[in-house]
Amino acid sequence: MVSRRVFIRNGGLALVSLGFAPSFLTRTVQAAGTARQKVLVAIFQRGAVDGLNMVVPYGERAYYASRPTIAIPRPGSGDLSALDLDGYFAFHPRLAPLQKLFARHELAIVHACGSPDSTRSHFDAQDYMESATPGMKGTTDGWLNRYLQTKHEQEHSNFRAVSLTQQLPRSLQGHAPALAMNQIGQFGIRGDNALSSSFESEYAAAADAVLGGTGREAFDAIKTLKAAGAQQSQPANGAEYPRSPFGQALLQIGQLIKSNLGLEIAFTELGGWDNHVNEGASTGQLATRLDDFGRGLAALVTDLGDRMADVVILTMSEFGRAVAENGNRGTDHGHGNAMMAIGGAVRGGKVYGRWPGLAVEQRYDHRDLAVTTDFRDVFAEVVVRHLGVSDPAPIFPGHEIRAANFPGLLA
Amino acid sequence: MSRSVRRFLSPLAAGVALMALASAYTFVRPAGVAAATGPMDDESIAHVLDRIGYGARPGDIERVRQAGVLNYIDQQLHPGKINDSALAARLSQLNTINLSTADIAREYFLPAEEERRRQKQGQAQTDPNDPAAPKVQPGGPIMKERQVIAELDEQKILRATYSERQLEQVLTDFWFNHFNVFAGKGPERIMLTEYERDTIRPHVLGSFRDLLGATAHSPAMLFYLDNWMSTDPNGPHMTMADEMRQRNRGRLFGVGRPGFPVMPPPQKQQNAQNKRPTGLNENYGRELMELHTLGVDGGYTQKDVVEVARCFTGWTIAQPRQGGGFRFDPRMHDDGEKHVLGHTIKAGGGEKDGEQVLDILANHPSTAKFISTKLARRFVGDNPSPELVDRVAKRFLETHGDLREVVRTIVESPEFFSPGAYRAKVKSPFEFMVSALRSTGADIQGPVGLIRSLQQLGMPLYQVQPPTGYGDVAETWVNTGALVNRMNFALALVQNKVQGVRVDLPADEMNAARDRLVQSALQGNASDATVATLQKAKDVTQLTALVLGAPEFQRK
Repeated sequence: MVSRRVFIRNGGLALVSLGFAPSFLTRTVQAAGTARQKVLVAIFQRGAVDGLNMVVPYGERAYYASRPTIAIPRPGSGDLSALDLDGYFAFHPRLAPLQKLFARHELAIVHACGSPDSTRSHFDAQDYMESATPGMKGTTDGWLNRYLQTKHEQEHSNFRAVSLTQQLPRSLQGHAPALAMNQIGQFGIRGDNALSSSFESEYAAAADAVLGGTGREAFDAIKTLKAAGAQQSQPANGAEYPRSPFGQALLQIGQLIKSNLGLEIAFTELGGWDNHVNEGASTGQLATRLDDFGRGLAALVTDLGDRMADVVILTMSEFGRAVAENGNRGTDHGHGNAMMAIGGAVRGGKVYGRWPGLAVEQRYDHRDLAVTTDFRDVFAEVVVRHLGVSDPAPIFPGHEIRAANFPGLLA
Repeated sequence: MSRSVRRFLSPLAAGVALMALASAYTFVRPAGVAAATGPMDDESIAHVLDRIGYGARPGDIERVRQAGVLNYIDQQLHPGKINDSALAARLSQLNTINLSTADIAREYFLPAEEERRRQKQGQAQTDPNDPAAPKVQPGGPIMKERQVIAELDEQKILRATYSERQLEQVLTDFWFNHFNVFAGKGPERIMLTEYERDTIRPHVLGSFRDLLGATAHSPAMLFYLDNWMSTDPNGPHMTMADEMRQRNRGRLFGVGRPGFPVMPPPQKQQNAQNKRPTGLNENYGRELMELHTLGVDGGYTQKDVVEVARCFTGWTIAQPRQGGGFRFDPRMHDDGEKHVLGHTIKAGGGEKDGEQVLDILANHPSTAKFISTKLARRFVGDNPSPELVDRVAKRFLETHGDLREVVRTIVESPEFFSPGAYRAKVKSPFEFMVSALRSTGADIQGPVGLIRSLQQLGMPLYQVQPPTGYGDVAETWVNTGALVNRMNFALALVQNKVQGVRVDLPADEMNAARDRLVQSALQGNASDATVATLQKAKDVTQLTALVLGAPEFQRK
């Protein structure tokens, strides 16, 4: 079967193989020509981050009543107190780098956000969020891949969608091409260059449309990376990325964006949020993870500088955690959670979404933060207002997309 | 260019000759005439070895020619009669693959759980900088527990590489993937050894109804698709499962590593005001029809999903953490009348309700078509012809789902032996790896390097989250990163850089080595570009890497 994707790819290769220029150079030039390329950086906090300790509803009496040992102290009550955002919500003290972005109106939060599906299984909830079809397990592709399928302007770029992970995440799986690489510096044939050229020549002339086309794409991508010197690019503006895997993944996303390779969708993830035991409060396990998270995101924003005008960073996690702490000073699986959007075009400095309250009768199942914003409406707003999709319906099957339901993060 | 390479560079001529052979066999051979041996040419034999097995080892083509292709196929359809002692010797090194789930729970899972719990409680004081990962002492219970999945991975690789019962391995992989479960969901990982060994493998050439019934009763499936918690929405039931959940409040399973989720509480209605204890879980009912039997367009409705789910209430697991088996709990069962796909299931049927549903589904024409399409796609091509599918589906229905006859219909069909089917499929990463191991005669001493390589190639074993399993068309597997990793694996393998694997390449003269590899690994089919590239190889190691990484070797 020759898919449409293969057809287009080979058509493009046929043009450049007439002898004008190596295709990888053509691609780089084409990509550089689109200076206003919009980029989405999607960050998955796997394991269900405790949104109530990440973005603290300190105006809620019930928050403190339900969390005797792990609540974050109200703003202004000492060194380790929460960092006020708007008089009602506050950041965890280790998110100081993000508080600055919030104050500069570059960061917005959607609270009480999540899935209409009731599952509290990580496995199902991640699947539902990445396929963006809650309750439907048969969906074969991810929402970001369906986005790639709707637009064809950037199909000449072999770096259009890149995940800085070992495997392609569910969000990016599907018909449209997407790369997964753990280390951009290691993407290539190991060993001497002669051997790499030999492999390349096997694929260069292959009559096999599918494998030949993909092989040529792969060697183009290897050369593109090398020519662009992406991995040599240093962080700009004094940005300091954490040495953690997450920090290094963001550093590489920064390198890819700055190298003008036509990157449109970047993805990475970080785990360690599933704190059923000894979650900690202002310090402890969650604080350590949030420190890495906040410093990493802030470093990327600093590094990209003016380019943030065309970039949106979107954070997500499969569900939130129960309002009340459990018997082990941790939290069990809950429901609603907080998402963040960062970018020059983000209408930041505000916590979006209708706050449902934390009194027991206001909770979902009498235990969890209720969901008042469907996560798909956040995704959809980014897809429509940032990435410029006019008809998002194919990206969100089974969900009616109406601008009135968008939280309003983007102008 | 040597003569033998040139001979294989003429696919058109080979194709024409083959068509003649295939049609002669198909239309002349009367059923049951033993004298007919089928096609004798290398290309057809390599095709058979690639499709009903994991590719040719050195000498395999000649061995199959001696036996006769049709005899070989027939032998493969009766794996119990094939001596597999060489494999048995290798498997005898593995400690856990013959254990029951209960034994694995007692000896491996529960001690590791205890250790994780102990570490979590002491952790805030000891290591605030590394909250995510439990400390793994060499020889400690957590390390020991990992042996269970590592050995399961290893036996799968060993069987595929060394078993003489190649078709049985291919079909076990196919049916596990069809009835997929995921090692990362809670204690699922301790159930997989028994699931593959006792639920899937014994039935792959038996009756589909038996296979379906075995999966429906298996703790692995009951847990994975949540049916073990599904209870009658109208009954005031307090079940053992509920009691257990209440006692443990989500702390039971996995102690919070992402991907090893905590047991979810029972699904509740979204309206918190509605206090009706609703425990119906539609997950299994839906996937049973969509993925296991009828197919998504097989003619069922949402109402059928609910009714089927009602029928299966009470099909639960005795004690999942202790590795308990299937149990029917009448207190959880909805005993009212149900209507499934136009059939009435009378009230009071108890455990038999589910059996009736399985009977209806296993003999449904949509099931016959869905299963036949998937099998034809596995053995013949990504888009099997409707004529072939119809013929196979007819055989399915007239034999009441006799899977040996269904598979035979496919692998003895003219479509299977048609030039259009040869090299029409792209190997999955697992097939690529195993065929590389087989064609180089590799000696596997430990699984670690191969398990890691499979992750890099994008196909970690037993780690498919969605119940759909892995896809079986080229698009699933062809992407840039994965292809680069295949070439890197080919290089690492021949340079003996894959941990635990030893390859000793024959030190023959370069031209002879090239001819041998083109014939055995590439089905005698190498493009001009590949042959030209191979001629530039410096030594047999490079030559072999270039063959295994070539586009031709990615196909079967």
